[in-house]
Amino acid sequence: MSAAAVRRIRAQAVMELRMMLRNGESVLVTFGIPLVLLVFFSMVDVLPHEGQRSVEFLVPGVLALAVMSAAMVSLGIATGFERFYLVLKRLGATPLRRRELVVAKILSVLAIEAIQIAVILGIALAGLGYRAPGQAVRGWLALTAVGLGTAAFAGLGLAMAGRLRAMGTLAVANVAYLALLLLGGIAFPLDRLPAPVAALARLLPAAPLADLLRAALGSPTGTVGADLAVLAVWACAATALASATFRWE
Amino acid sequence: MQPAIEVRGLVKTYGGQRVVDGLSFDVPAGAIFALLGPNGAGKTTTVECIEGFRIPDAGAVRVLGRDPRRQRQAVVGTLGVMLQEGGAYQAATPAEMARLHASFYPNPVDVPGLLADVGLAGVAQQRYRSLSGGQKQRLNLALALVGRPEVVILDEPTAGMDPQARLATWDMLRGLRERGVTVLLTTHFMDEAERLSDTVAVIDQGRVLALDSPAELVGRMHSPRLLVTTARDLDVAEVAAGLGAQVSADGAGRYLIAAGPESIARVSAWFAASGIPITGVTTARGGLEEVFLQLTGRRVRE
Repeated sequence: MSAAAVRRIRAQAVMELRMMLRNGESVLVTFGIPLVLLVFFSMVDVLPHEGQRSVEFLVPGVLALAVMSAAMVSLGIATGFERFYLVLKRLGATPLRRRELVVAKILSVLAIEAIQIAVILGIALAGLGYRAPGQAVRGWLALTAVGLGTAAFAGLGLAMAGRLRAMGTLAVANVAYLALLLLGGIAFPLDRLPAPVAALARLLPAAPLADLLRAALGSPTGTVGADLAVLAVWACAATALASATFRWE
Repeated sequence: MQPAIEVRGLVKTYGGQRVVDGLSFDVPAGAIFALLGPNGAGKTTTVECIEGFRIPDAGAVRVLGRDPRRQRQAVVGTLGVMLQEGGAYQAATPAEMARLHASFYPNPVDVPGLLADVGLAGVAQQRYRSLSGGQKQRLNLALALVGRPEVVILDEPTAGMDPQARLATWDMLRGLRERGVTVLLTTHFMDEAERLSDTVAVIDQGRVLALDSPAELVGRMHSPRLLVTTARDLDVAEVAAGLGAQVSADGAGRYLIAAGPESIARVSAWFAASGIPITGVTTARGGLEEVFLQLTGRRVRE
């Protein structure tokens, strides 16, 4: 990649990051909702987490939720409005290439996720009595899961932004977010759901991501291979869909 | 010398309607060229084909000899584009937008200087969404110029600007021409086309109706008229018969007579002899407005 391309991507990624952090709704969905969920259900013991302390169950799920917030909801809605306000069209008349714009968007999402992970783990460790699993942490599994999850959810968010009007993206992204929160094994274990619903949930992208993060953070889980396969299929399918539907205007 | 922009037989159809219907023109390098036409004439579609946003249904477009879609990367590096509206992040400041766009080009102009030139130095740190319509337009102009383009295409550049900003924008565009930059603009302002451009293409319903310098167009098309003003309502046919010249009403108490300045004495004498008090006889101002009216049969903003 040429130095000029690196300069263009860096400038665009910094701009994307600034705009996300400057947008109140975006900050609410990427930081507010996952943190409220984590703190509330850790301190108020109303959810069934067989034998585990609530916070031990919640941290991996809330990390998965944070990825979904940043990559699908925040990115999708922001991109939808950029199309509406002709920001993308105007960028299309500059030397910034389409793939450079997508790389910049993904870099800005990864930066947001890094901040989210630091904040969530920091609060869980410092304030909620979360015990880090220490040696049992499987770092590569966590990074792989976050990478695949980001690709899957960013692909879905960008596909919505490419296909729907801005307000349509706003609505669909929020509905999908709520549905995947409930079907993601994030706030409560999937096996509390009726068996057919749980089976369906395991084929959606949220539950495999939460499961993989749970495994990476030391919980025993037997479905790592299947979860990786499902999430990888979602990552490929969603990015293909996004590149097929993407429009500058 | 190769024209900066070549348009040959351009056709673009939307929903069965030919919005651009076989348009051809050349923009000479280093010139200011205006596409003048009413709303819906096909101006924006034409410039968006040149910018590479639209795929022509037929015909060819070249910018500095290159195809704006197939040789996209080469074209965007030399082309500065000003959209009719939008284009900026709502929460970004003019300074951030200009720096972002500057970073896309190898040799950008100095951003604070550019913002000062377009009169945005005082609002450079304000959010885009809080700017006035005219300020947003001036930021779009700045974004078109930040990469030192060889060709700039401006869609209705002064729409929404106050008179002072319009004059400043005209000065900037003349300054670009002095540095050899080619300017293609669309406008529905007669004075903008007449006073700013070297060449005007009058277009309507997707076709070029006339193409020449403003002075040539006016000289060739403008027939001399006298404007008579009176407090009375006149019978146009009667006046025409009496004067032996065509007469048309031009609003309340205003009548245009197809005669030159040499006929002023004869015309006033006829009104005096007919007992019709008149308040003035002057030569009617000829200009693009009238050329346009003759070409299209309507006023530009009807």
